[in-house]
Amino acid sequence: MKIIVDTELCEAHGDCVLAAPEVFDLDDDENVVALLDPSPDESLRVKVEEAARMCPVSAIRVEG
Amino acid sequence: MIVGGGLAGHRAAKALADDGFGGKITLVGDEPHYPYDRPPLSKKRLSGEIDDDACAYALDGLDEVEWRLGVAAKRLDLERRRVVLVDGAEIEYDGLVIATGRAARRWPNLPAIEGFHTLRSLDDCHALAAAATPGKRVVIVGGGFIGCEVAATLRGLGVDQVTIVELADQVLGPVGSEAGVRAAAVHRGNGVDVRSGVSVAGFDGQDRVEAVRLSDGEALAAEVVLLALGSVPNSEWLADCGLELAAGAVLCDEYCFAVGADDVVAAGDIAAWPLSDKHGVVSIEHWTNARDMGPTAARNLVAPPADRKPYTSVPTFWSDQYDLKIKSCGFVKGADRLTIVDEDPEKNALVVEAHRGDTLVGAITINRNRALLGYRRKLEEELSS
Repeated sequence: MKIIVDTELCEAHGDCVLAAPEVFDLDDDENVVALLDPSPDESLRVKVEEAARMCPVSAIRVEG
Repeated sequence: MIVGGGLAGHRAAKALADDGFGGKITLVGDEPHYPYDRPPLSKKRLSGEIDDDACAYALDGLDEVEWRLGVAAKRLDLERRRVVLVDGAEIEYDGLVIATGRAARRWPNLPAIEGFHTLRSLDDCHALAAAATPGKRVVIVGGGFIGCEVAATLRGLGVDQVTIVELADQVLGPVGSEAGVRAAAVHRGNGVDVRSGVSVAGFDGQDRVEAVRLSDGEALAAEVVLLALGSVPNSEWLADCGLELAAGAVLCDEYCFAVGADDVVAAGDIAAWPLSDKHGVVSIEHWTNARDMGPTAARNLVAPPADRKPYTSVPTFWSDQYDLKIKSCGFVKGADRLTIVDEDPEKNALVVEAHRGDTLVGAITINRNRALLGYRRKLEEELSS
C-alpha cells in the first residue's frame, strides 16, 4: 500500500491525523499534512482508507 | 432512493455502492449539476483559483445510480412510498434517504430589482463572481461565515469597496467574541468596511439596487448586494406528509430514522436528532456532519435492525479568511464561559476554550490547527463514552 498526499490541496484540516495518527501528522507549522509513513503496514489499511475518505479536500490517495 | 444531491446525498450513495448494495439507487437533485463541494464557493471557486471540475465530487463506483438532476421533489407520500417530483413524475421507493439540505435565507419582501445575490449553489457563485468585479461597490448583509469569507475573497480579487453589515455587535457570532473581534480587525486591516450593531432598513433603486439604507439613517451606495443571512431547511416538500419537523428539520431517532417511519432516514443539515441526553436534539449545519451522517443513515436504512449504528458527531467547522484559519469544535453556543488559553498576535494565532460550568464543551482556534485536533479528540472521547 502506497500513500500519496497532494500538499497543494491540503488545508490542514487534520481529519487524517485523527483517523490514522500512525501515518499522518501536521507539520511543524501546522499548515500542511506530514506523511509519517508513505508505505504503512497492511494492518493500517482500514484507518488509512478512512483518512482518505474523511479528507475535506480529497488530498489523500491510497494505491495498491 | 436518495433525495438531495449535495454532500450527504452523495456520501449516502457512495456508502451503499462501496458496501455492494445490490438494489437500485435513484438520486434526485434540484440542481442540474452532479454533486459538488460547496465550501470553495465562497473561497477558491469564487476567486477563480479553481474551476467547476475541481469542485465536482468523484463519481467512481456510482455508475449504476439513476440520476434525476435538475428536478426538485415536490411531495412525499409516506403511505404509498412515493416521492412526487415537480415535473409530475412519481418515484416509488423501498427506502428513502432525505438529504435536501438547506437554502439561503431570503430577505422578506425583497424589491424586484437587480443586483441582489445569495450564495449557496454553484450557479449562485457564478452569478456573484460575474457581478462583483473590481470597481463595483459591494455590500454584504450578514457577517457570518459566508459573508466574511466572501469579503475576504473579493478583497483578494481587487474589489476595493466591500462593506459588511452585521446586526449583532460583532461578526462571526458562532465563534464567540474573542475570535470574532480579531477576525473583524483583520478584515478592517484588509480594507473591508465592517459595520456591526446596525441593521438594514431597506434598499433603494429603480431597476437595479443603488443603495443599502441602514437603521442609523446612512445609505451605502452599492451595485452588488450579497444577502448572507444564514439558511433555512429545504423541507417545504415535506409539509403535511406526516413526518415530524423540528424547526423545519426532519426529526430523527439516534439511528437517523425519521420519527414515525421505518423506511425513511435523513442526513446532513436537513436532519435533527438526539445527540445525547446532555445535548438533546441537535441539527448541525456543517460540512463534516453531512459527510458522516450520509453514510450512517444510508447503511442503517438497508441494515437489519440489530445491525443499525447510532450516529454521533462532534460538530466541527472551519473558515478560511485571508491567512486566518478559523476552526471550531464542540458546542460553543452552549458555553457560559470563553477563555483565551493561548495567543500569538504576530501569527494571528488564538486558542479559546469554551466551558459550561466546569465542563469543556468546545474550542475555537485561529491558526492553531494542531491544538484543535486535541480538543476534537477530547470531545469525541467524551461523547462516545
